[in-house]
Amino acid sequence: MKLITAIIKPFKLEEVKSALAEVGVDGMTVTEVKGFGRQKGHTEVYRGSEYTVDFLPKVKLEVALADAIVARAIDAIVASARTGKIGDGKIFVTPLDEIVRIRTDERGETAL
Amino acid sequence: MPTLEQRIAGLEAYLNNGDPSASLKNAKGEVPAGLTTPAVGVAGPGHNGFMMICAALVLFMTLPGLALFYGGLVRTKNVLSVMAQCLGIAGLVTILWWAFGYSLVFGKSFQSGVLGGSEFFFMKGVDSAPNTDYSAWVSQNVFSMYQLMFAIITPALMVGAIAERMKFSAVLVFTAVWMFVVYFPLAHMVWGANGMMNGVWNADASIKAIDFAGGTVVHMSSGWSALILCLLVGPRLGFGKTPMPPHSLVLCMIGTGMLWVGWYGFNAGSAVAADGIAANAFTTTTLATGVASFTWAALEYITRGKASVLGFCSGAVAGLVVVTPACGFITPSAAMPLGVLAGLFPFFACTKLKGWLKYDDALDTFGVHAVGGTLGALLSGFMANSSANGNLATNLKALVGNSLWLEQLKAMAVTIALAVVATVVIGFLVKSLVGLRPTVESEQEGLDLGDHGEEGYIFEAKS
Repeated sequence: MKLITAIIKPFKLEEVKSALAEVGVDGMTVTEVKGFGRQKGHTEVYRGSEYTVDFLPKVKLEVALADAIVARAIDAIVASARTGKIGDGKIFVTPLDEIVRIRTDERGETAL
Repeated sequence: MPTLEQRIAGLEAYLNNGDPSASLKNAKGEVPAGLTTPAVGVAGPGHNGFMMICAALVLFMTLPGLALFYGGLVRTKNVLSVMAQCLGIAGLVTILWWAFGYSLVFGKSFQSGVLGGSEFFFMKGVDSAPNTDYSAWVSQNVFSMYQLMFAIITPALMVGAIAERMKFSAVLVFTAVWMFVVYFPLAHMVWGANGMMNGVWNADASIKAIDFAGGTVVHMSSGWSALILCLLVGPRLGFGKTPMPPHSLVLCMIGTGMLWVGWYGFNAGSAVAADGIAANAFTTTTLATGVASFTWAALEYITRGKASVLGFCSGAVAGLVVVTPACGFITPSAAMPLGVLAGLFPFFACTKLKGWLKYDDALDTFGVHAVGGTLGALLSGFMANSSANGNLATNLKALVGNSLWLEQLKAMAVTIALAVVATVVIGFLVKSLVGLRPTVESEQEGLDLGDHGEEGYIFEAKS
């Protein structure tokens, strides 16, 4: 089992969601976050006073997946979130030790 | 009994904003006892109605125009503090105006070119009959309320320089003293019938300057005082280190639009009649403002590659400020170059000069109002033209188009000296009496909570 954490451009969220649904992902957690990578921030000017905005708004998407569909899900995210410009985001893949469905106390992949 | 000719002449005077009793005067220039017509001593409906609307428009400039313009430019935590300061000044100045202000500006019992008189204290005798020193057709109570709105917005302009860091009580105490020391005397000097700088109407004026709607009285006085006050108060906590961008340019834009609309009352209304001079002032005001707004944004586009909303707004206000002293004295074709200069000079004052000298004029009261007002006062001297305003062809006939600008320089020097010296003295006085700054905690938390116990924006119910 893997946890996929993807940082994407906010306006790409709907496309990524649809692409993931097509490969069989039926749940995700989404958070509005701020951060920067190579894109850095931007500059705002008010009557000559310059302010550098370092942190840009992004969306963080977290999906827990069975090993069998991890590769397809990653491909789906890359294909749907890519604009080809700097600032498209990143995908982090981490191993998951355990998953618990709180309602039924099911464990492991059956809890997905 | 007046003759039919005399009665018709009285009515015709209404059309020309003239003196309805002129036709009643005998060879000695006196009206014989008991001779009058129904047109004498009453308000003319057109002129009077126009001036009531103009008074409301000038109030609209402060409440809510200036309050929104300034409110949008500060940070979220201080939006209410600048609004409270505008409201507080409106109330305080109204009381002062009723008690002493109107009389000290437009009375003449002191027989002084510097300060008016005591005859209208507590607005005694200020009723619906015209005060013929200022208008044959506008009720004196309307004239007084119209001028009150100028007295309100002038100190309110200074709020911009000390925004986000001067405590409410200090703003009010400073304003109360400043009105008596700077505004009332200066307004009398420039607009009082016997004022020492009233070049248009006072043949004995020692400085024969012109100021149609308040370049010296309103913008230079507040702008130069604002610079001194912002130096005395000191910069905001974290100035130059922490970002302090405007929290809502949307509010700022709404406020700018209201200022522009209200300014028609300010400039056209300063004719104190719905006459051709007002119509010309309305036109020059529009042209100069549109050009200045466009010029400011164009300069941004040239220097930085982007034209900003704040740039358009700043340029519009700068144009309104610069055309203020000139609007009723210049032709529309002079308003166009004036508008370009009005975009240029304040632009450099706000975007360059402030950065070089590092004073924290938070919302650019100095950059727009002092620089713009000073520029406007000088340009009035060069551009004034008797063809735009026939009143320039009487007392000022020899000066207009000639050396009028020298008289303007003298009036500017008097204004700057009075504003600067008085603000230094009053500033230190207020500092020793009530202190100028809030506590560090209060300033960091925001003056909305510290001074007023409320917040501008509450998006979620508090538990």
